[in-house]
Amino acid sequence: MSFLRALVAFAVVALAVVLQVSLFPHFAWDGVVPNLALLVVVGAALVRGPQFAATLGFVAGAVIDLAPPADHVAGRWALALVVVGYLAGRVRQDAKPHALAAVGTVAAASFIGTSIFALSGLILSDPAVTVPDTLKVILVAVVWDVLLTPFVLPPVMTLFRRLEPAEVAW
Amino acid sequence: MEKRWKGRDDLDKKERSSGSVLVALLLACATMITLDAHGGDDSPIEPARRVAGEAFGPIEVVTAGVVRPFAAVPDYFSSRKDLRQQVSDLEAENSQLRHTVETTDLDRNRLNEYDGLARAASDTGYDLVPAHVIAVGSGQSFSNTVTIDAGSGSGLHADMTVLNNDGLIGRVVRVTRTTATVVLIVDKESVVGGRLASSMEIGFLSGRGIIDGTGRLDLDLMDDSVVANAGDVVTTWGSEAGTPYVSGIPIGKVVSVVNSPRETSRRAVIQPLVDFTSLDLVGVVVPGGTSSDRSVIKAQDGE
Repeated sequence: MSFLRALVAFAVVALAVVLQVSLFPHFAWDGVVPNLALLVVVGAALVRGPQFAATLGFVAGAVIDLAPPADHVAGRWALALVVVGYLAGRVRQDAKPHALAAVGTVAAASFIGTSIFALSGLILSDPAVTVPDTLKVILVAVVWDVLLTPFVLPPVMTLFRRLEPAEVAW
Repeated sequence: MEKRWKGRDDLDKKERSSGSVLVALLLACATMITLDAHGGDDSPIEPARRVAGEAFGPIEVVTAGVVRPFAAVPDYFSSRKDLRQQVSDLEAENSQLRHTVETTDLDRNRLNEYDGLARAASDTGYDLVPAHVIAVGSGQSFSNTVTIDAGSGSGLHADMTVLNNDGLIGRVVRVTRTTATVVLIVDKESVVGGRLASSMEIGFLSGRGIIDGTGRLDLDLMDDSVVANAGDVVTTWGSEAGTPYVSGIPIGKVVSVVNSPRETSRRAVIQPLVDFTSLDLVGVVVPGGTSSDRSVIKAQDGE
């Protein structure tokens, strides 16, 4: 049963990555598209907490890093999304998160995630990007992710709440 | 009281275990990055990339196929079917004429050179494998790559030239059975050997990592006494055995020349002929006689 749950979670991540590379380029602004995988990780984090979200973040990041057309050093998005999943999981409250809090979390997560990816690129010089270019891309990415939040986060959160194994509340 | 203590204990345990999971995942990421960054072309991550490519390639092909008709919806509103047909016919003719005009200088120079004749003859021997762009790398990844729906099954392998009606697009870096990953010439890491068609001078074109309308390439000429003029056309000068770039493919036009006293070479700014924001149908240059699972466009057929 837990295998089936993992499979569903992986399918959601894979769907997000495929839509990100095959559908959203038609709407891209200067090549920047909404980071659906990041939204899925944040949605999982708000429902299931840091441990699950960090693991899901690693899987989602690895898929972005390895699936075509990726050509950067593998592991960079995995690193970014592990941190995002962990941090977003830490802000989870036991109560259902307020809509505004969820949007704030997405904005922060998007900023942190894209920044970590860009910083790792600066360190590895893969490719050598300049800081002003990077900042512009990060800001556009945050706007995209926040715009998509109302459409992506509610279904993702509902799904992961359903997937949650019955747990004794303390 | 006891209950509360127990509760806190549980919480501590949960926090501690989530911390160790985090550390394990971060180490896994660091390992992956190190392996891939130091491995170069034969890094241990390459097989994993290939597996992911084989798995995700077909999914991306299907998704792009589903999306394509919807992406064309705005066109339905802008013009009627016959008008659209006319426009696309004219566009095709226009780009063909432009192609002829832009390579006239090059052709004339080639004719003047005795050995140029031989090269021009071999240039017409290129065959093209047609393919559609099915996925585009996101701007957040800071690399300009696309996936096309032709792979090793269609006779493709790494280091092949990709072009469309307007000019050079990039080169194949990696293939799976059904897809290939293409690095665009506007990518930060991309360097193409270019030749000014008007003076036959050679130089190197590097991308700036921007794909929208303001996307430009920088041309560093080998000979700093050569002056590039605005409007000059730059074509590929070709690599050995045509890998990764075959010669004589138009790349772009000179829009301005930057002269910095500190640098020994003169730098010209090139506007690419291709619109990288709306890539769809592309062609991959394959050697003549390549066996492919789709019909190969022969160079002499339509002429």
